[in-house]
Amino acid sequence: MMETFRAATSLVADSAIPVVLAIVFAVGAWRGVKVYDTFVEGAKEGFDTAVRIIPYLVAVLVAVGMVRSAGLLDRVSQALGPLLSWIGVPPETLPMVLVRPMSGSGADGVMVELMKVHGPDSLPATTAAVMSGASDTTFYVLAVYFGSIGIERIRHALWAGLLGDLVGMLAAAWMTHALLF
Amino acid sequence: MYGVSTIFWRRCTVGTSFMVVNRVFVALVLAAVATAAGSDFLPVVAGGGDGGAMKAVTQRTLEAANDAAKLALGLVGVLALWTGVMRVAEQAGLVALIARVMRPLLVRVFPDVPADHPAMGAIVMNMAANLLGLGNAATPLGLQAMKHLQTLNPHKKTASNAMVLFLALNTTHLTLIPARTIALRLENGSTNATNIVLPTLLATACGMAVAFMVTKLLEGRFKVMPDEGQPAADATVTDPKGVAP
Repeated sequence: MMETFRAATSLVADSAIPVVLAIVFAVGAWRGVKVYDTFVEGAKEGFDTAVRIIPYLVAVLVAVGMVRSAGLLDRVSQALGPLLSWIGVPPETLPMVLVRPMSGSGADGVMVELMKVHGPDSLPATTAAVMSGASDTTFYVLAVYFGSIGIERIRHALWAGLLGDLVGMLAAAWMTHALLF
Repeated sequence: MYGVSTIFWRRCTVGTSFMVVNRVFVALVLAAVATAAGSDFLPVVAGGGDGGAMKAVTQRTLEAANDAAKLALGLVGVLALWTGVMRVAEQAGLVALIARVMRPLLVRVFPDVPADHPAMGAIVMNMAANLLGLGNAATPLGLQAMKHLQTLNPHKKTASNAMVLFLALNTTHLTLIPARTIALRLENGSTNATNIVLPTLLATACGMAVAFMVTKLLEGRFKVMPDEGQPAADATVTDPKGVAP
């Protein structure tokens, strides 16, 4: 059952891009769109967008990199441990909770570290894996998405994104414990 | 009761919302430098400690700036591919078609966006890409959606309700297959790498529901201030329930 589900979903993920390309170009040609010219014209826009997000990315990645390399995250983890155990979150996963909203590769790093220290199928490592999937790099997404169109006042976007991440990660800890351990 | 909550909301909605990115940015940098300085300079006075924190921060700061540029330039190819494909899809009327299918649901979720607007199509495509775990495809589609939402935004430097909601749903998106995480688990010797699929899906649904509710609750509290040189804020964006035309 699980195997079939896994095979089916990975087939969908593997073939989605070529199938979408084929459908879009076929329908475009059928409807009389000059597919090549239109594609190139649209692609120019993608180049502009990528260049426009560089300053925002520099700001976010520098700030996050400084915090991580200064050892600040380790200190916060030690201080908050007892509170986390009390609400049902393995304290070993705190670096994941703190890093995930800021850096996707940082979160992967935390996950790999937990798997090495506690074992790949241990409660902390599995919980961290579920947490990673249940949240996103909110700081990065906000910086890139708002940066690309020049929005400076983001109103409640950070609160909504971070609260969603926090609840997603809390639920991840509880779901992992309830369903897998 | 009234006084306290009024002051609280004034702080949160006027002060913080305009300044939050600036404050977080400065706070992160200062906290990092202070921590590194503490672990390097205190041992000199008190004895003990291994030092080297400042050196690590220096190195990482320069690396991070470099990484940021590489990351953005690394996006150019895929971004160009998808904006190109999306332009063809738009001209062929495919985006409008998908948006029409999703209209009943999306009209309720995004009351400020006209049902046949290109923004609606880009939002749907972005959500579909996220669901399939196509992160590389989702980002350009999301940026496209933001660009279209900006054309509906009366105050070009202030986020609209639709933008904030789109990002809240985007950062808590449902994922059918967390492919990268499963790959990492397999690589590190997990014997049941895919057992995280169901808990991840359920936990993400919780996060998404909360992000949606928080956005709807807060959007009336965070008033839109007009950009400099623009007329005063209009009723559409300050409407607390976000249901005005």
